[in-house]
Amino acid sequence: MCPAWSVILLTTLIGAGQGLFLALAGVDVFGEAPARFFVAGAAVALVLLAAGLAASFFHLGRPERAWRSAAMWRTSWLSREVIVLPAFMASVLAWGAAHHLGFSREAVVFLAAVGSLLAAALFLCTGMIYACLKFLQEWHTPLTPLNYTALGCASGLTAAAALAAWLHPPLAPAYAAAALVSGALAYLARLASLARNARLRPKSTLASAIGIKHPRITQIAQGAMGGSFNTREFFHGRPREVLRAVRWSFLALVFPAPAALLLFPQSLALLAAAFAAQYAGLIAERWYFFAEANHPQNLYYQAIA
Amino acid sequence: MTQLALVIDLNVCVGCHACVTSCKQWNTSGAAGYLSDDNPYGADPTGTFFNRVQTFEVGEFPNTETVHFPKSCLHCEDPPCVPVCPTGASYKRAEDGIVLVDYDKCIGCKYCSWACPYGAREIDEHQKVMKKCTLCVDRIYDASLPEAERKPACVLACPTSARLFGDIHDPDSQASRAIREQGGYALMPEWGTQPANHYLPRRKTAIHLHADELQREDNPLKVDGKLPRPAASDPALDDVTSW
Repeated sequence: MCPAWSVILLTTLIGAGQGLFLALAGVDVFGEAPARFFVAGAAVALVLLAAGLAASFFHLGRPERAWRSAAMWRTSWLSREVIVLPAFMASVLAWGAAHHLGFSREAVVFLAAVGSLLAAALFLCTGMIYACLKFLQEWHTPLTPLNYTALGCASGLTAAAALAAWLHPPLAPAYAAAALVSGALAYLARLASLARNARLRPKSTLASAIGIKHPRITQIAQGAMGGSFNTREFFHGRPREVLRAVRWSFLALVFPAPAALLLFPQSLALLAAAFAAQYAGLIAERWYFFAEANHPQNLYYQAIA
Repeated sequence: MTQLALVIDLNVCVGCHACVTSCKQWNTSGAAGYLSDDNPYGADPTGTFFNRVQTFEVGEFPNTETVHFPKSCLHCEDPPCVPVCPTGASYKRAEDGIVLVDYDKCIGCKYCSWACPYGAREIDEHQKVMKKCTLCVDRIYDASLPEAERKPACVLACPTSARLFGDIHDPDSQASRAIREQGGYALMPEWGTQPANHYLPRRKTAIHLHADELQREDNPLKVDGKLPRPAASDPALDDVTSW
């Protein structure tokens, strides 16, 4: 597949926003922190989510009709995501406002719980958009939603650690430790999906694509000289070396680099650098996620002429 | 239930692209608006097509065969592109099984094209909506056309009649009979999409000559044995026949 920047930004930004909210809600329900920390955290999470939502509009050919995409929630994970994302943003806003306005403890905990459920649902929706496409074998695995969830939580916890170092330093070491653990787990899950995908064997072949049982079939012409939507949307067009470089850079940036920085939870600058490095790694990770997927339609587009 | 479909005979297709051009002509002129073309006369012509003819070479030289392979939306009976559409713009008609896109509802998110293993959907780069073969839904029911012309443009254009159009759920239709009697098959059956369009395989045309066809069994020479050879001294009209 050809990675789309709009989708890469959408999934990484809302993942970090969801993870940040879960990190804050966890402390809100089970721990203690001043209200202004939660208010600022809710604001940062909302900025991340809104930026992701804004990026997603650039993926649409007809953004003015985006409201229609809430219609088919019974069958479409994309439609479900379109419903859950604004609902989650509203609950983050409500939770932050509840802290700002000094609502009762019960109300705040209730809003934190609702928001956490919606964050989890949003992770599931985002992951399932890709995992439900059964012939994209690289994506069609429970590891896909798991990775979206784990990587989102890890980046959110790193952001929470940086935020705590800025606004409420006593919490920073705990957040940094949680970010280290969740980052390690997410890293393992991503390595598992890389290992799985390296061993995949495509179910479709040129023989099944055109229905001629012969081991040697080569394409002579694809019916168009200057390429088509099929050649632009489904091929990343980069050499193997680029893919390998992107893979190694995300493997370095998603966990090892931020992990080294997270060992210094007193320094706001280092924690902010940890989040920046991890987020850059997640962009590379998401790019690779798309580029790695090999669509069976590509069998029909092996040679221009 | 009706399921309209095309049956494409790969044994007959000569790869002339008449179906491609007539499809483009009909569908760029309809009420649904034009089909985009960019650089039609430039170095990199590209555009939106519902139908393409691809060419494959099967085998290794010198034992090769050229296969021309027309490819369009297969109107799957279980279309994976339909349930993923967030707006309901992609739908499969209950009455005739045609998979269509409502261009007024499509938001151009391209998710349906990701969900089609055949690459049958192409986005229109100018109208920014997803497009695909409609089986010429705007002409096959057009009562103002003579009945013989109420067929998809590609079917009418094919000079070798490699394309059959009909209801594959009606066992007596020409399309069903061709699938049944000539080994019609579906593409990528491994995904369970149950494509409605079928392809008829290449067939070898060969003459098998048996010995009894060279020397007929009812040859009287065989039944009664060979006639006695005339003596050399016998009078002959042509040096062969003996009186």
